[in-house]
Amino acid sequence: MMHIDLSSVLRQTLSCELYSNLVTRPTGAAVRTQIETLLADSRERSLTVIDFSHVGMIDFSCADEIVAKLLLRYAQADLSDREAYFIFRGVTDDHWDAIEMVLERHGLALVLETSDGACVVGIVNDGERVAWEMVYELGRTGAEGLASALGFMPDDAARVLDGLHRRRLLMRLDDGYVAVGGLGGVHA
Amino acid sequence: MTSVITVPPSLDDHSFEQVLEQLASVPRDAKLVVDARHTRWASPYGLTALLTLGQTRQERPSFTVPDTEDTASYWARTGFFTHADELYDLHGSVPKARGGESSVLLEITPITRSDDVHNVVGRIQQKSQQILSKELNLEAKATVGFAMTLSEICQNIVEHAGCGGWVAVQTYTWRKRLANRRVVVIAVCDAGSGFRQSLESAPGFVRSDRWDDAAALEATVVRGVSRFRDPGRGQGIKGVRRYLSRWDGKLSVRSGTAKIAILPGWDDDLPLAEKLAPFPGSQVQDTKPERVSGSPR
Repeated sequence: MMHIDLSSVLRQTLSCELYSNLVTRPTGAAVRTQIETLLADSRERSLTVIDFSHVGMIDFSCADEIVAKLLLRYAQADLSDREAYFIFRGVTDDHWDAIEMVLERHGLALVLETSDGACVVGIVNDGERVAWEMVYELGRTGAEGLASALGFMPDDAARVLDGLHRRRLLMRLDDGYVAVGGLGGVHA
Repeated sequence: MTSVITVPPSLDDHSFEQVLEQLASVPRDAKLVVDARHTRWASPYGLTALLTLGQTRQERPSFTVPDTEDTASYWARTGFFTHADELYDLHGSVPKARGGESSVLLEITPITRSDDVHNVVGRIQQKSQQILSKELNLEAKATVGFAMTLSEICQNIVEHAGCGGWVAVQTYTWRKRLANRRVVVIAVCDAGSGFRQSLESAPGFVRSDRWDDAAALEATVVRGVSRFRDPGRGQGIKGVRRYLSRWDGKLSVRSGTAKIAILPGWDDDLPLAEKLAPFPGSQVQDTKPERVSGSPR
């Protein structure tokens, strides 16, 4: 698992120790390029923690460049040949407004690390949210397990699991699915 | 022949229109005197717009300083004369800027590059948390949103204007309209391309039947249209609108011959003003009032 501290990337990008805010579109683009360089060295399937803990604030333009474009490039199975998963750490209310807005704009969702685990935020329908939460709770499950736990038809459960996997919110393993941020895997 | 433009006694976004009406018939290369001798007060919008006016002239204009010492001293403390000196031949007694002004959250600051936006946001954060929470009763979350708003509005200059502009942030008491409530005002003015010209530069742009400055402002401010094809563009202004509606604030944007305003309940300004005197670039004002019990959170 890779850990990317955004404030460190920001300082490297701007060559300046003074800034802790992710503001302006050019800054966001430069930070994302740096992240993409780091991801280029990762394996075909990777899980990366994007850490906002030391970021003062992020504006809408920067959130669009970093969060939305990262997800648009990597977290859509149809558009990427890599399996790149992300979990976002240290996101506070100070960051959330901008991130929420870009997720809404592009119809995206992501996994947020919280004080008591992880949750999925952004644009997911009720069925997807319930399914993601159940997979997270069960730890590892397949379509039949999910259907049984939620009273879904097996085909519907398979469809929702596949959809969440294609959005890189669930990882598919040989014997089922695991929620990104599940199994305690990201708590370093 | 030299034209004289008289600056009104109280200069804000509304009364600046009087300046522009006088200016409308004066060719850009004509000699000009901007006479502020009788001006007693100016908002951040008024001051940054006066600088912008200086930017638009082909021949270096003259500027006569307010004759009231208090006014001139205050303008000096906002940094106005430092920048005006580069654009105008100043006449009258120009005080030296001594000490800071507590109501000035951000003195008049030029914006030309992305780095300037970083600097402005960094500086405003140091001062704004204390002042906004103490004087305007705004929560910490609102002060972060305030910095975001500032950042997005300033970025418009860097991304679209094609030339530098100015930003200023100030708090003051609004005696008439808001019954002595405090407000914090961000003013960002430039003399660049303006909204219509920016949208017209979009690849494949097609002029609609009704295409003018007002239509361009509606497209950008209301619908989030951008000259860039990137679907993520246009979110800055949308974000600013969302933030201001949450905190009962007002956004007004003037460009070319039109002005659009996103209005809270406390303001009775026109949502859209057209056929105004022409002025290059864009002039943006974001006004957020003190939170009183019962006002939006």
